[in-house]
Amino acid sequence: MGRRIGARIVQAVVVLWVVATLAFILIHAAPGDPFGYDAPSVTPAVRAHWRHLYGYDRPLGTQYVLWLRNLARGDLGYSVSMHEPVRDALANALPRTLYLMGVAVVASFALGIGLALFQVRRLGTRRARWAGAVALFFYSLPDFWLALVLLLAFAYWWPILPAGYPVDMVMHGYMAPWPAFVDRLRHLVLPALTLTLLTTAAVARFQRQELLDVLPLDFVRTARAKGLDERAVIRRHVLRNALIPTITLFGLALPALLGGAVFVEKIYAWQGMGWLAISAIGMRDYPLVLAAVLVGTAMVVLGNLVADLAYVAADPRLRVG
Amino acid sequence: MAEPLLAIEDLRTYFYTAAGVARAVDGLSLAVAPGETVGVVGESGCGKSVSALSILRLVSPPGRIEPGSRILFEGRDLLALDERAMRAIRGRRIAMVFQEPMTALNPVFTVGDQVAEVARIHARASRAVAWKQAVAMLDRVGIPAPDERAREYPHQLSGGMRQRVMIAMALMMKPALLIADEPTTALDVTIQAQILELLAELQREYGMSVLLITHDLGVVAETASRVVVMYGGEAVEQAPVAALFAAPHHPYTRGLLAAMPRLGLLRERLQTIPGTVPAPTAWPDGCRFRDRCSSAWERCAAEHPPVYPIAPGHESRCHLAHEPARRDGPAAAGGRAVRA
Amino acid sequence: MSADGVDRARRAWARLSPGARAAAGVIAVFALASLLAPWLAPYRVGQQIDIVHLASLPPSWAHPFGTDRYSRDVFTRILYGGRVSLSIATLAVVVSATVGTLYGAVAGYAGGAVDTVMMRVIDALLSVPRVLMLIAVLALWSPVPVAALVLLIGLTGWFDIARLVRAQALALREREFVVAARALGAGPARIVRRHVLPNVLGPVIVAGALAVGNVIVLEAGLSFLGIGVHEPLASWGMMFQDATDQFVSAWWAVIFPGAAIVATVLAFNTLGDALRDVLDPRQLPGHAALEPPETAHG
Repeated sequence: MGRRIGARIVQAVVVLWVVATLAFILIHAAPGDPFGYDAPSVTPAVRAHWRHLYGYDRPLGTQYVLWLRNLARGDLGYSVSMHEPVRDALANALPRTLYLMGVAVVASFALGIGLALFQVRRLGTRRARWAGAVALFFYSLPDFWLALVLLLAFAYWWPILPAGYPVDMVMHGYMAPWPAFVDRLRHLVLPALTLTLLTTAAVARFQRQELLDVLPLDFVRTARAKGLDERAVIRRHVLRNALIPTITLFGLALPALLGGAVFVEKIYAWQGMGWLAISAIGMRDYPLVLAAVLVGTAMVVLGNLVADLAYVAADPRLRVG
Repeated sequence: MAEPLLAIEDLRTYFYTAAGVARAVDGLSLAVAPGETVGVVGESGCGKSVSALSILRLVSPPGRIEPGSRILFEGRDLLALDERAMRAIRGRRIAMVFQEPMTALNPVFTVGDQVAEVARIHARASRAVAWKQAVAMLDRVGIPAPDERAREYPHQLSGGMRQRVMIAMALMMKPALLIADEPTTALDVTIQAQILELLAELQREYGMSVLLITHDLGVVAETASRVVVMYGGEAVEQAPVAALFAAPHHPYTRGLLAAMPRLGLLRERLQTIPGTVPAPTAWPDGCRFRDRCSSAWERCAAEHPPVYPIAPGHESRCHLAHEPARRDGPAAAGGRAVRA
Repeated sequence: MSADGVDRARRAWARLSPGARAAAGVIAVFALASLLAPWLAPYRVGQQIDIVHLASLPPSWAHPFGTDRYSRDVFTRILYGGRVSLSIATLAVVVSATVGTLYGAVAGYAGGAVDTVMMRVIDALLSVPRVLMLIAVLALWSPVPVAALVLLIGLTGWFDIARLVRAQALALREREFVVAARALGAGPARIVRRHVLPNVLGPVIVAGALAVGNVIVLEAGLSFLGIGVHEPLASWGMMFQDATDQFVSAWWAVIFPGAAIVATVLAFNTLGDALRDVLDPRQLPGHAALEPPETAHG
C-alpha cells in the first residue's frame, strides 16, 4: 500500500511537470508576447527593456529552467491586468473557487446518491423513470445557460436573491456579523445551486449504474436470504459496495466541475479563479491564464490523489491482505 | 412418512424473457420430513437452483412463481404470506448456503459482521451480543481462532473457511430447514468431504432438515436419505437412496448413474447421456427426456408421463412403469448399473 | 455498411423506446433545418433588416423568434447557427472517435507494458481541466480559425473513447476467434482492423452520440466567452453571448438560441442512453435472466 501511494505521488509530480512544460511551450509558441500591447508610449526600446527585465531575451533552455524553478517556488509571474504578482491574485481568488466548488461537491454528491437510490429502489416504476428523465435533462444543460436562466428567474423576474458577487460589494463591510453571514449565504445560493444541479445529474447517472451493477451480485441474494428487508439490503449491502467506484468519480468529475465553475463565476461575477482567467483573456494577460490552468491541474491531480487514497481505505480488498 | 416439514406442490417458476417464457421449474412436487436430508440431483439447467430460490421466494424479475404453485412449510403456504412474514422465515426458519462462498459473502464487511447481522435482524440482539453469538457460531463450525477470524474480510479466508462462514450464518437461528445449493462444488475435494461431514454433524445436533442440491450423485450417496432426480423442471424420480442406487427406474436416472465416476472403473467405460438438455423455453411435448432416451416410443411423445409408483417411497415419471417390456437392453440408455 | 449492418441497425431501431425515436427525430429535424437553411430562412444570413425601426422586436408573425439589437431575424440566425454548431460538434467528435479508437485499439491489443504506459498517459491527460486548457490555448491564439477549433476540441476529447476501446480490445484479445486468427498467422494490424474495430463500433457510436451533446455545450460555452467561433460565422453559443447583456429587455434573443442548444443536446444524450441500452445488454437491469436461468447460479 505504501508503494501504491508512493507511485501515485510520483505520477502526480510527473503530470504537473508535463503540464508546466506544456504551458511553457504554449507561451513561447503563441503569436506575440506579453509585451505586445499597442500604446504610443511603448516604444521598441521600452519593449526590449521589459523583455530583458523578465528574462525573455535569454536562451529558451535557460528560460525553461527558470520557469520550472519559479513554479516550484510558487512564483507564477506578474499579472499585467491585476497589477500584482499572479500568485497574489490567485491567493485571493482560489479560496472563493474552492468554497464554491466545495459546497457544490458536497451537495451534489449527497443529492446525486440520494436520487440514484430513489431510482433503484423504485426500479421500473413511473416515478423512477421521471427521476431518470430529470437527471438526463439537467445533465444536458449548458452550464452558462442554466446560470443565466437562474439569474434571470431569481434575481430579475422574481428578485429574491442578489445577482452576483460573493458579497454585497457596497454594504458588506458595514454589516454586523449576523447580517454579514446572511449576506454571504444569499450570494452563495445561485452560483452554488447552478453548479450543484449540473453535478448532481452526473453523479446520479453514474451512481445509478453502479447500484444496478451491484444489484445482481450473489451477496445481495445472501442478504435477502438472511431475512433483511429490501430497504436494508440496498442501503447496507448494495450501497456500501456501489459507493466505492463513486470515490473515483470525485476525481474524474473535478475537471468538469472546474469547467462549470468558470462559467458560473463569470456569470455571477464570483471573483474566483475562473472569473480571473476569463477577465485575463480580455486583457491578454497570458501568465494569469496559464497560471489558472496550472493551478486547476494541480487541484485535479491533488483531488485524484485524495480519491485514490480514499479508494484504498474504503475497499477492504485493497486495504488489507 | 410423517407430516412433512416442507411440501412443494406443483411449483412452477417461469422467466419472461425476450427469447420467450423459460419454464425453469415446471410442475415440481417434493416433500421433506423433519430431520431428513433430501438430495435434489440434476444437470445444470434442470431447474434445481431456481427451485431452491423459489422456496425462499428470492426469484427476481423477470422470474415469477406462477399462481397455483404451493410451498407448504410448517403447515403454512409460503406463497400466500406477505413480504414481512416471509422475511421472518428467511434466515430464521429456512436458511440457505450457496455454491460460491467468495461471491455470496459481501466483500466490504467482516465475516463476523455478516454472521452477527442474522442475530441482529431476527433476535433483535444488541451489537455486542450478536457479535459474541457470531464468534461462538464460527467456533462451532470449526473455524480456528474465531475471535480473530471474525474481524477479517472474506478475501482473507480460504475457500473452505468461507463456506464454514456461510454455514455459520445459516445456522445462527437454528433453522428448521437448511437449503444447501451445491455447497461443495467450488471447493477442493478434501475440503468437500470436511464440509459435508460438518453439515451432517450439525444436522444431527440441531435436528434440522436439509435440502441438498447437487449435480453430484456421489455427494447424495454419502449424505442424503432420499433422492429427488430433476429433469426439465420437474421431478422425474424419487426414491430412498439405497433403492435409487440399487434399482433406478427412470432412464435418465440410469444415465446419470452410468455417468458417475467410480473407483476402480476404467475411464472409457464411463458413459454419457447422448444429446443435451432442451431449452427451458421449449420443453418437448410428452416426456421431456424422450429425445435423449433410447427406450422412447410413440406414447412418450403423445402423453406427458404421470408419476407412477414403483415401490413404497419410490416413484418415477416414466411410461416404462406401465409397459416395462419396452425397455431397451442395458447398453442403450447407458444403464451399466441396471440389473433390476 | 454491409447487409448485416443494415439489418442490425433496423433491429436496433425496432427496440428503441418512443422517447429515443423522438430524440432521433429532433436530431433529424435540426440537421435538415440547418442543411436547408438558405431555403428555409426568411432573411439572408447576417442581414440587418432595419436597424432603426426593427431592432429588438419581440416575437411576432413576421419574426417568430423576434429580432436582435442589430435588427437581425433570430429565427434566421438560429437556422444558420445550427449549421455551425452541429458541424463543429460532429467533426470534432469524428476526430475524437478516430484518435480514441486507434489509441485504445493499439493499447488494448498490445497489452503489457505498452498498454500500461499508454494508459498512464491518458490518466495524466485526464487531469488537465479541458475547459481551462482550451480557454488558455484559444485565448493565446485568438482569433482561431474554425478548422483549428474543431481540431482542438477533438484532440482534447478522445480519452474516454480510448479507454472504452482499450477495455474492449483487451477482452477481445483473448476471445477464440481472435486467438484463432492469430494462430492462422494474421498480423496485428489485420487483427485490429478485421476483428477489434468492428466489435468496438457499437460502444464507440454510443460514446460518440453522448460526446456530440457534450461538444455542442463546450463549443457554445467557448463562443459564449468570445473565444470560440468568430464573426462572420455565428453559432448558437455566440448568439447567446451577443444577447446576454440585454436578456432582461430582449429575452427572446437569449431564450431561443439557448432552447436550440438544450433541445439538441438533450436529444443526443437521450439517443446515446437508448443506444447504449440496446447495443449493450450488460447495462440492462435483470439481464441475468436473458441467459438460461440455471447458468446464473450453478
